[in-house]
Amino acid sequence: MHSTSNSAAIVEAASAELHEASVQVRKRLGKEFELDLAGALPPGITILFGPSGAGKTTLLDCIAGLVRPDAGRIATQEKVLFDSALGVDVAPRFRRVGYVFQDLALFPHLTAEGNVEYGLSRLVREQRKQRSAAILESFRIAHLRGRQPGQISGGERQRVALARALVIDPAILLLDEPLAALDAATKSKIVDDLRAWNQEHRIPIVYVTHSREEVFALGEQVIVLENGRSIARGTPHQVMRAPRLETVAQLAGFENIFNATVAAVHEDRGTMVCHLSASKVELETPLVRAEVGSALRIGIGAGDILLASIQPSGLSARNIIPGRVVSLAQRDVIVVAKVNCGVEMEVHVTLAARDSLHLQPGREVWLVVKTHSCHLMGTS
Amino acid sequence: MDGQAFWLTMRLSALVAAILVVLGLPLAYWITYSRWRWKFLAEAVFALPIVLPPTVLGFYVLVALGPHSPLGRGWEALTGHTLAFTFEGLVIGSIVYSLPFAVQPFAAGFSAVDPRLVVASQTLGASRVRTFFRIILPLSLSGLVTGVALSFAHTMGEFGVVLMVGGNIPGVTRTVSIDIYDKVQAINYSGANATALMLLAISFVTLSVVYALNRRVWIWK
Repeated sequence: MHSTSNSAAIVEAASAELHEASVQVRKRLGKEFELDLAGALPPGITILFGPSGAGKTTLLDCIAGLVRPDAGRIATQEKVLFDSALGVDVAPRFRRVGYVFQDLALFPHLTAEGNVEYGLSRLVREQRKQRSAAILESFRIAHLRGRQPGQISGGERQRVALARALVIDPAILLLDEPLAALDAATKSKIVDDLRAWNQEHRIPIVYVTHSREEVFALGEQVIVLENGRSIARGTPHQVMRAPRLETVAQLAGFENIFNATVAAVHEDRGTMVCHLSASKVELETPLVRAEVGSALRIGIGAGDILLASIQPSGLSARNIIPGRVVSLAQRDVIVVAKVNCGVEMEVHVTLAARDSLHLQPGREVWLVVKTHSCHLMGTS
Repeated sequence: MDGQAFWLTMRLSALVAAILVVLGLPLAYWITYSRWRWKFLAEAVFALPIVLPPTVLGFYVLVALGPHSPLGRGWEALTGHTLAFTFEGLVIGSIVYSLPFAVQPFAAGFSAVDPRLVVASQTLGASRVRTFFRIILPLSLSGLVTGVALSFAHTMGEFGVVLMVGGNIPGVTRTVSIDIYDKVQAINYSGANATALMLLAISFVTLSVVYALNRRVWIWK
């Protein structure tokens, strides 16, 4: 730990008993963009969610000291890292901020062990070996210690990057879309190990993502960032009901547009069930900010609907609806089928599909619609 | 074949290449990482020796080493003899002459290192010096090797600057290239040919070694 006597730049935080970091930054980048954000980062995972260009990475860079805010104050539980009013700006190498970059930035010429030990140069060799061995063990990469980053898999590289950032015992951990490139299974195992590590250490972890799935899977707290500002904050369930309603213009492209009401909301799965007006048809759709009973419109592209001649099973698509072909019309090389399933849906199939399914008016068929092929908009 | 001229040339080239590592690495680091707005002017100055006629360069080095310049006067006060037409003078002239051949490969090597690695090193608590020796330098070894070899080979083959600064004093400033010139002047073509072939062979071997090493150095890429 740094003492206050050897550097005026290091000031003990007044809120030392609160195990949280606090961030308040203002940073103008170019003419258009300004990051302007304030808030506390409690121990545990805080998701920073938003589209690219929202300022997520800029915020992390401010915390790590790689970008200097125009004004504000950044403090971890133990020290003030930046304070424009007091003139404090601690150099990145004295901040003890663990930072896992989007591209990981592992040192290609060092082994996994060399990467992990890199931040421990102040320790004597024996302690260094001990610390790196322990963290390699807890991230299940001890067997890879002698390999270079180029010789291990993507998931293993993520683990090395996490271990390297955590072995220095950081006061805060910053993760910039670290798992974006991984498959779901690998991702969830790594997250489990990260959670296990943090059970012991209880530091704030800021996790940047633009994936809604990751928000639901990881978040204890979510901050939604848009154009440099926080537009929502809370648990994933509170925040992620933010509407993803399409605009009228976007919906205009869909051949099928139905009025519907929300029948059920499954926040944990990120879906809801909508009842199509004047019918018995219920569709599973993506979650938007809507209460049970509220009115919506649903748009479905005619090319996004599958037709089956027998009842399909074992599909990932959630909506399988029985219906009857009303009419068939050929338009260039596609066949426009109108299918009545309680409401009338327009479906586009190829000529070959028409022939192999023996489609003709009156034939019973099943319509298959993926949850995310249902696009939602408000009614007003 | 003049053994004395040969060893003098080798000594000169090795010394200049070694000094250029010490001078060139910080200079290349500055060129790569400085954000000074007038940096391009400095870069142009350091690159001048590539395009200037050796006689122009040699002339100014000679003036700078001479008894009317602060450098020449300082040296004379320190050692009791002048710099011009000495081995030390030749070393200084050669350093100026070969500088870009060391600095440019060094700088090219540095700028090929992913800047995120430098940032990562900082966030892991490393100082600039540690970052340089543990990350930047190992990852730009090929630039280092190229710079050393080019400055060595380039110094070995210099003629104009040597003639201007050093003259033609056997054992002191008479290098192989001067020796060849002398032999041609004396219509000793077979002698000139033997020496020239030797210089050609050494240059070829040096460059071959560099290119071979560069392939091996980058095995992790």
